[in-house]
Amino acid sequence: MRIIVQEQPFDLGAEANAFAASRTDMGAVVTFTGVVRDDPSRPLRQMTIEHYPGMTERALEKIATEAQARWSLGDVLVIHRFGPMRPGEQIMMVATAARHRKDAFEAAEYLMDYLKSRAPFWKKELAADGESWVAAKDEDEDALTRW
Amino acid sequence: MIDVLYFAWVRERIGVPREQVSTDAATVAELVEELRAREERYALAFSDLKALRVAVDQDLTDFDAPLKGAREVAFFPPMTGG
Repeated sequence: MRIIVQEQPFDLGAEANAFAASRTDMGAVVTFTGVVRDDPSRPLRQMTIEHYPGMTERALEKIATEAQARWSLGDVLVIHRFGPMRPGEQIMMVATAARHRKDAFEAAEYLMDYLKSRAPFWKKELAADGESWVAAKDEDEDALTRW
Repeated sequence: MIDVLYFAWVRERIGVPREQVSTDAATVAELVEELRAREERYALAFSDLKALRVAVDQDLTDFDAPLKGAREVAFFPPMTGG
């Protein structure tokens, strides 16, 4: 398991390739990438992510450990950035490796659902009309009930 | 003494990212009452506890959580990772 919290951009292709190549007994690798989304009706200048150093790593490890307990996984990778980003920049990625795809897909979805509302990150958007914190969505909280 | 940390709009409303607080509060809720009584900016930040989350020693918990032995308490809005 690798958990990385960093300010600088990461190389999605290099990370995904290295992750996929690290085991020869895994038949399935799923990756998910979160990207800063622009909104044509309210053009976004910048998104800044704040986090809670120390707790962030702890929370991500806990979520990844739980995923490993629930599914048969060969490995898990989570990279999450903080700091200022522009539209189109990659915010985070998760990768899961499993012998078969069902475990890899489900574990990746589980990681994303929990990471959305149980890892201490907060997004602030800067648009032409000013700054605002992104509010948590009820559906993100509701998504946890299916697990 | 306990370290109290604030994140996102809670930090902005209170005006500092962290501070040391001398308290005998037995629970998070009691600490919140003490902070609320301090100044308007605290009363404002803690006006709706349903809009807040709390972590004690970097683990998410609830407002009834005991503070005995705790070193660090953090208050923040619901998280928006991913």
